[in-house]
Formats: sequence, structure tokens, C-alpha cells
Amino acid sequence: MSFDLEKIRGLFPVLHQEVHGRPLVYFDNAATTQKPQAVLDALRNYYEHDNSNIHRGAHTLADRATRHYEATREKVKDFINSRESAEVIFTKGTTESINLVAQTFGRKFIGKDDEIIISTMEHHSNIVPWQMLCEEKGAKLRVIPIQENGEIVFEEFEKLLNPKTKLVSVVHASNALGTINPVKKIIQSAHEIGAKVLLDGAQSTSHLEIDVQELDCDFLAFSAHKLYGPTGLGVLYGKREILEEMPPFLGGGEMIKEVSFEKTTYNEIPFKFEAGTPNIADVIAFGQALDFIQSLGKKQIKAHEDELLNYANQLTKDIKGFIPVGTAADKVSVLSFNIQGMHPFDVGQMLDARGIAVRTGHHCTQPLMHRFGIEGTVRASFAVYNTKSEIENMAEGIAKIARIKNK
Amino acid sequence: MSSISTLQDEIVSEFEILGDDRESTIFYIMELGEKLPQFPADEQKDENLIKGCQSKVWLIADEENGKVRYFADSNTDITKGLISLLIRVLDNRSPEEIIQADLNFIDRIGMGSIIGSQRSNGLASMIQQMKRYALAYQTKLNA
Repeated sequence: MSFDLEKIRGLFPVLHQEVHGRPLVYFDNAATTQKPQAVLDALRNYYEHDNSNIHRGAHTLADRATRHYEATREKVKDFINSRESAEVIFTKGTTESINLVAQTFGRKFIGKDDEIIISTMEHHSNIVPWQMLCEEKGAKLRVIPIQENGEIVFEEFEKLLNPKTKLVSVVHASNALGTINPVKKIIQSAHEIGAKVLLDGAQSTSHLEIDVQELDCDFLAFSAHKLYGPTGLGVLYGKREILEEMPPFLGGGEMIKEVSFEKTTYNEIPFKFEAGTPNIADVIAFGQALDFIQSLGKKQIKAHEDELLNYANQLTKDIKGFIPVGTAADKVSVLSFNIQGMHPFDVGQMLDARGIAVRTGHHCTQPLMHRFGIEGTVRASFAVYNTKSEIENMAEGIAKIARIKNK
Repeated sequence: MSSISTLQDEIVSEFEILGDDRESTIFYIMELGEKLPQFPADEQKDENLIKGCQSKVWLIADEENGKVRYFADSNTDITKGLISLLIRVLDNRSPEEIIQADLNFIDRIGMGSIIGSQRSNGLASMIQQMKRYALAYQTKLNA
């Protein structure tokens, strides 16, 4: 598909509405993106025509549902360029993907006095699972510091690496700041000392080309709903040799080979990690979201979003009282900021009064907010369907709000 | 001094003038917050915080000639505006009046949709705490 913004916007029914008498401007894409019609149609079509439990069904509907479900796994494989689709596990979301690794890989391979490295800009979902594991195992959590502009201090990361480091779990792109981390370098350095690397790709997968073979990450976690797909669905990618060594996560149907009361043997990957009836409809619909992204290509998407971010930076930088938070050189389309003398929640509510949806608060990154000595920020995050005139509208709103306290 | 119901009618007509323009309405609420009297800095302590509010709201009350006086502050301007409306209606009244007050102006101006559900819950907590103070003074005065 060529990049025709009007045509793209036409694919998203939710965008065409008014909020408080103004056209909706949806800038909360880092929280969740809107869904194209094809995703909505796929959900409906599945329940109308194909609804059936997958795998082992002896009938036509089960076969159809299984084929469509597994087709999405193939699409995910292509999307991240994994070697095989068996390395793609469906989960509830990024959070569950990370917890899965903590509870299986972590419990088996991380022991007393071992170390796990994360960064200051992690989402709580990439902090708490490791704290829980560390508490259980007597392992230690190490944190990479960041600079004032929101970039990690790479030399400090290298200093943290040592033979006790078993895992480095870092965010690819920060949800609160937009910073894109130098993950390729991080992975190389971690591998040199024998540590595995998990990438939290929740915010990067919709903007950046992802090639897990080229990156050589051991795990990648991401969510469908930030990729124009349905909520309640995520992916964990893992290298086959590691996934095979890992014990199962949840026990139940689907994940077994043989069950007797004496002993149970487990299924092959990926099914070993997909106990119970999965989120069939959403997986199938997610396939349509991936098709949508692939039809445009990440290059075009990123170029458009970069243009929006640059334009937003340009229009806001001279507003009196405007304080950007996170000014890394390499960013995804996130504009995090505060207004001098104002609470982010007030700013968010005033923008909402103009029909502009942004997120306010700590963005589930409280340690990061502490690092900057702030309670929270206002975050505008842009997606493929946003326009420059929407950015102008927001900048005008911000200027008006900022004037209240910054005359 | 105007009755509670007269003051509520006044507030409703002020908001009616603003009409459906949401932006002006929010700006107006913020302006009201700016008029809140200075709150003593040493009273900005945890025990004076109202539970159930997303933003920080400190509320203290005092008794003066049988009337309840309220002093409040918040770390957000919109919340300050909301509490200033409550103070305008309930301050300097007898505990009975406050306890019995039916604060219908909130629904009449459609405050719930203006400020959203999070802040509406906070507003309800503020009213509850103001009435609690009144109840405490009533008990004290009758003792």
C-alpha cells in the first residue's frame, strides 16, 4: 500500500468521532493503538463462521480455526524473522511473556547471588517479575543508570556485567520517554560474558524493523494491542534451544504429551507453553493487524511517525513553560513533557477538553520518574494514522494551557 | 449570607453561561482554584489528606461561633477549583446545615462528565470528609 494518510485513516472506524464537540485526536498510542476494520471483521467472522476449539478437532470447523490460528504464528515468525514458528509463543501480553520467562527460565537457571540487569527506564512489568524472582532465589537486581536526556549510560552497563550476570532484561524503546536503546550492542556485550538477553519490545515492535536473528536476542516480548491488534494477546519469542531447556509455565491441557497419575510428559514447543484453550479469535484477528503493518512497511510507518515527532518538537520547543522529558537522539514517536507549575493530570484533562487523548502520570515507570525528580509527565504518542494538523491542534492547546502559569 | 440553595443556583447559572464549551469550562474551574485562600504549609501533612482522591487534597476544618470553617489545598489546579466550589457552598455554616445539604449543583452542571470518573470519585470523597467534620463538630457542640 502506498502511504495515503486519508485512506489509512479510513481503515480505522474509531477515529471518526467527536469528543466534547471536537474531532477526536488520538495520541495515546503507546498505551494502545486503534484497530483497523480488517481486525474487527476477523473477530466477527471467526465467531460467525469458524468458532471451534483448535488442534485435535476431527471436524471441519476445528480444522479451519486451527489453520487460521497457526497462520498467525507464521505471520509473527515473518514479522520478527525468527528461524521457525515454533519459537513463537502466544501469551496474554508483554507482561505475561516476561513473567513466563521469570517463572521458567528464571527459576531453573538463576540462583543465589546470580545477577539480573535491567535499566532505570523499565516499565514495572520488567521490574517486578525480576524482583519477585530475586527474592525467591536470593539473586540480585542491578540497574543501568541513565543520563539526563534519557539515554542509558552504556559504560555503566558494561561495568555491571560480570560472570554472575545470568540475564539482561531491557526495554527496546521506552514507553515513557521514547528512547530507543542500543540493544544490539547490549546483546553483544551480554553474550560475551554468557548472559541471556530479554528484550521488552512492547513499544518498539510497532515502529521499528525487528529481526530477532540479526539482533540475536534470546527472548522478545510484545503485545498485539500496541500493534493495531486485539487486547489480551501477546507474544514471547525465544530461541528454540533455550525454550526446550525451560520447564513449562502453566500446567493443563494442550501443553502435555502423555498424562498418567505417575508421570506426565510435556508437549513440544510452542505448545508446551500454551496450556488451556488459547485466545483463538484474537490470535486470528492479530494476523490481520500484522498484514496491515506489512502492507505499509515499517520504513514508511517510521518515516511518517518521525515526521510527526519532529513537527511536534518544533511546534512546542519555544512554548514558555514547556519542559520536554526524554530528549534522546534516537526515539520512537513519544513526546513526554510537563508544563511549568502545572500538574500533568490537569494538562491531560484540559487537552481532553479539546478532544485530544493523551496519557498522564508515571506511565508504570515510577523509578524512572524518581530519577527525574518528577511525579509524572503528559505523554503524547503518535501512530501511523495521526496527522500534522492534529499535532498543530495539540501544540495550540499546549500553548494555551502553558500561558495560564507562564505569562 | 445566601442560603445553600441560592449559592447552588448561582453556580449553576455561572456554568450555564460557559455553555457546552468544555475547554472554557475547565479553564473556569482552574481559575476558581486560584482564588482559594492560602493554605498553611505546615498543615500539608498526610493526616490531612483526603483518602480516595487521585490527586493530593488537604482539608482541615475549624469551629468559629458555632459555624464550621473549611480550609483546603491541592497539588492540582482543577481539584483546587472543585474544592473551592464546595467551600463556597458549605463554609461558615452550622453543622446541621452542612450535614443536611443536598449538593445538587454537581449533577445540575453535569460535573461528572466534565471532570471524568476518577475526579468525580475524588469529589465525592471531599464532600464526605466535609460532612464528617460537620458531624464531629455537631457531636462536640451538643456534648
